[in-house]
Amino acid sequence: MDNFTVGVVVFPGSNCDRDVSWALEGCLDIRTKYLWHESSDLSDVDAIVLPGGFSYGDYLRCGAIARFSSLINALDEFVKSGKRVLGICNGFQILTESGFLPGALVANKNLNFICDDVELDIVSSKGGWFNNVDEKQTIKLPIAHGEGRYHCDSDTLKKLVDNELIALRYKNNPNGSSFDIAGITNEKGNVLGLMPHPERACDETIGRTDGLFTLKSLILK
Amino acid sequence: MDQFAVKVFVRLRPSVLDPAGEATKSASIKLGAEGIKSLRIGKMIEVKIEGNGENEVREKIDLLCDRLFANTVIEDYEYSLEKL
Repeated sequence: MDNFTVGVVVFPGSNCDRDVSWALEGCLDIRTKYLWHESSDLSDVDAIVLPGGFSYGDYLRCGAIARFSSLINALDEFVKSGKRVLGICNGFQILTESGFLPGALVANKNLNFICDDVELDIVSSKGGWFNNVDEKQTIKLPIAHGEGRYHCDSDTLKKLVDNELIALRYKNNPNGSSFDIAGITNEKGNVLGLMPHPERACDETIGRTDGLFTLKSLILK
Repeated sequence: MDQFAVKVFVRLRPSVLDPAGEATKSASIKLGAEGIKSLRIGKMIEVKIEGNGENEVREKIDLLCDRLFANTVIEDYEYSLEKL
């Protein structure tokens, strides 16, 4: 695992890329490499994080323009190979816009940009992203978003439920998300998208460490 | 080559809650406007585009609408097209 490298994607407008890199390197001793959105060579990274922020200024819709970047084009093969991809906040929006995950993220029901700590129920640990909480089925992570209301049609929701693809649900739904959904995985489990920010909960000095395990899970095979 | 002016309308699907529309409706009522039953906010995109005839241009616009202008998980679109 010594050479295991996590690629942290940098779009114009990403603003959590350095936080993710800090959490991985500083708290978990996992090597990272920034990947500029124009690069399509993913051969020297073993997992990828799409960090939060406002890629391309969130123009048109959040994540809509990022979808057409060289990097996202190259992501298809990366995902098919079974390597792990974690999309946080804007990264989750990009994963839904580009079809790696179903549904969409739209404006919060109360129209506020919500910056808060939220309690989350672990619904499924598919892919091993939340295996740490066998005894503690609730974690607390920060959220910071204006467009975090998860929306999908009823068929998609049924599929999410039936296939155990819902990873996280809000205990007290802050944004109006369908079925209180805060995070989902793909069927294989190697792609996780979530609105909360695990990288902002990786050190006791900044509040809590509930996000550590999810980031650490990037190195799982 | 013919040139066309295209107006694309992108709207949230009826099943998707539009909180911005609701807030604007509430403000409209505060302004004193009566009788507003529903108010929803969409986008209008104006495109000038060249192509060999209307059919070719429609194909291009369909692709743009389906893949970029609208997210069909949450939005519907329609457009009008005028030859310049």
